[in-house]
Amino acid sequence: MKRILLQGGRVIDPGSNLDQTLDILIADGAIAEIGRDLQLDESAGISIQAEDWWIMPGAIDMHTHLREPGQEYKETILTGARAAAAGGFTSIACMANTRPVNDCAAVTRFICEQARQAPVNVFPIGSVTVGMKGKLMVEMEDMAAAGAVAFSEDGKTVENTKLYRHALEYAGSLNRPVICHCQDNYLFADGVVHEGEISSMYGFPGIPPMAEEIDIARCILLAEFLDLPVHIAHVSTQGAVALIARAKERGVRVTAEATPHHFTLDHRAVADLYYREDLEYAVRRQYACFNPNTKMSPPLREPEDVAAIKEGLRTGVIDVIATDHAPHEQTEKEVEYQYAPFGIVGLETALPLTLMLVRKGILTPMEMAERLSTAPAGILGLAKKGGLEVGMDADLTVVDPECRWVIDKEAFQSRSRNTPFDGWRVQGKAALTIVGGEVVHAADEQLASSLGIAAW
Amino acid sequence: MKKRIFSRKDLLAIKGLHEDDLTLILDTAESFKEISRRPIKKVPTLRGQTIINLFYEPSTRTRSSFEIAAKRLSADAINISASTSSVVKGETLLDTVKNLQAMAPDIIVIRHACVGAPHLIAARVDARVVNAGDGANEHPSQALLDLLTIREHKKNFAGLKVAIIGDIAHSRVARSNMHALPLLGAEVRVCSPPTMLPLRMDAFPGVRTCASPEEALEGVDVVMMLRIQLERQDRTLFPSVNEYARCYGLNVRRLALAKKDAIVMHPGPMNRGVEISSAVADGKHSVILDQVENGVAVRMAILYLLGGIAE
Repeated sequence: MKRILLQGGRVIDPGSNLDQTLDILIADGAIAEIGRDLQLDESAGISIQAEDWWIMPGAIDMHTHLREPGQEYKETILTGARAAAAGGFTSIACMANTRPVNDCAAVTRFICEQARQAPVNVFPIGSVTVGMKGKLMVEMEDMAAAGAVAFSEDGKTVENTKLYRHALEYAGSLNRPVICHCQDNYLFADGVVHEGEISSMYGFPGIPPMAEEIDIARCILLAEFLDLPVHIAHVSTQGAVALIARAKERGVRVTAEATPHHFTLDHRAVADLYYREDLEYAVRRQYACFNPNTKMSPPLREPEDVAAIKEGLRTGVIDVIATDHAPHEQTEKEVEYQYAPFGIVGLETALPLTLMLVRKGILTPMEMAERLSTAPAGILGLAKKGGLEVGMDADLTVVDPECRWVIDKEAFQSRSRNTPFDGWRVQGKAALTIVGGEVVHAADEQLASSLGIAAW
Repeated sequence: MKKRIFSRKDLLAIKGLHEDDLTLILDTAESFKEISRRPIKKVPTLRGQTIINLFYEPSTRTRSSFEIAAKRLSADAINISASTSSVVKGETLLDTVKNLQAMAPDIIVIRHACVGAPHLIAARVDARVVNAGDGANEHPSQALLDLLTIREHKKNFAGLKVAIIGDIAHSRVARSNMHALPLLGAEVRVCSPPTMLPLRMDAFPGVRTCASPEEALEGVDVVMMLRIQLERQDRTLFPSVNEYARCYGLNVRRLALAKKDAIVMHPGPMNRGVEISSAVADGKHSVILDQVENGVAVRMAILYLLGGIAE
């Protein structure tokens, strides 16, 4: 394995509170040395000029849907991992709602096996109940041994609170967190957009914020009573942020994540954000168009909710930025809004959207590294990831914060194109993605070819 | 023939139209009414044009009204209902419409259970698209026939007081009227059980929410009653039909609160004895059958303005 010397980058490590211009030497898949004026013999490896770039511990997306096994036409583990690499993520944790559900060690092992050819680390998350049917707990010990890093019924909630309690207790004994997708099914009902001005205006069935908040309150109470950790997935409301803040104040072991779309868009996008191909039509004709790539669960909320999410990220009430990358084929999304599946892809747009928060002064680069890497590594118990100290895994995200580019869904590595951000002019991208000491993605084509990175 | 000046390719919603658009459609409809009273109810205006009525929801009134309107303008009208189409074979809406487009229709009239279905196809086909009802969003031709009926009885809209009573949240008729009436200067009051009121009524400027039907009816010129969907699955919206009729139904006693010359409207089909008593539905204030007659004229106007060739 060749050594890599990153020269003169802005090294940002939340774990050691480091933010300085330094060199980093990578050897044998680990961080070998951090310092000034490090030298590397040309024969021993390669040196990469990293001036103007930020070197962060590798971003970890603890919330993706990879669709394999079962729906490989939407995404495979390989295409999802390539999308991750292109987007600057060095590790991804994939949710259990595949077909079949990741509810037993055999499926977990299958995912790990498929992931061996993937350019980034893939950590499977097991379901909480068999088949995600909410009746029987999965064999957590067996699955944890096979590689499951957490358990989650994501996409659904576990309605039976007694069963949920026991799942938390069981997972707790295995040092595995439970990730909670919070939704009250009765309040959610047939809702497709946030219940508010837009649902009222256009007659869409609405999803009230309390559909999420009631279930978050339940999960917090469980965590508090049991003194065990829970992680709240994709927080989308002001009320939810307040519930989590209060719980943290009294010492409840609760962590939370927010997605880039929930801190970037509000529900007005449902009627105002067009497919590029619809834009001319809508503007010329002055009618609304409803882009199903604004449909996700939880839904896009009010501007006040977006502000609360940003504030939660700023203060650390929300620990993690995660994508909820949910690939769907174009034809599945290009249907009546109410019939379209929930979810959008996010791996290849998360970094520039997060950098918007940095440019607005909501997050420092250090806090961005914390939300994208250090915090998820801590929650998932990945001891050698999420930091830039000597001896840790050489998983690095090297960010070019200035680079201006236009998001083009056709250029995605992901097999799916369901993004509301197509055509957006953004700033900042992953210059390099380094996983286990190997450069798996380089934005600059010349650099990529000199490093011998195969084009996917 | 007057020159066609309706500038839009489609009629998808009232929201987004201007006052002039509404007036143009109403004026055109008025001039068409006379055709339906002739012994030979047919003019050659849209001869050679093909109009497809694509109905994904059951409908008697609206579909037959569009069909008759098309035929009176000499267009060829084809009706497709979801139960007989390839929908049952799993074809997507866009594929169905692209196939229809290949047969070169001039206008597609679509009724669909989903919000925005007409918008979805309008951007992707050459045919002009008319929304005949999309989910709980809009039913523009219904609002226009309501407007025509009101105008015939009340001359103009400025300062007119209109009460809309019933299931507002799930009503596309209500939404189209809540956009149209304030645009023309009418004052709109709505009343509904709290379970059937949209959360954010402030999305509709110029519409006042009333706590009781009595408050809504006080001194109004026009009463619009909405249909209660008894077939709805969600049984949590109101306790019983009896209670609904007692609390919100329009009867002779409640109607007495309105102006003496108030008109009573209903988009149909009516649940007699539920949202409206038979005495009111068949009484002298009722203009419900005028609405149906005007429906044909309004739809002739819409088809003409979208499809007619300017001379």
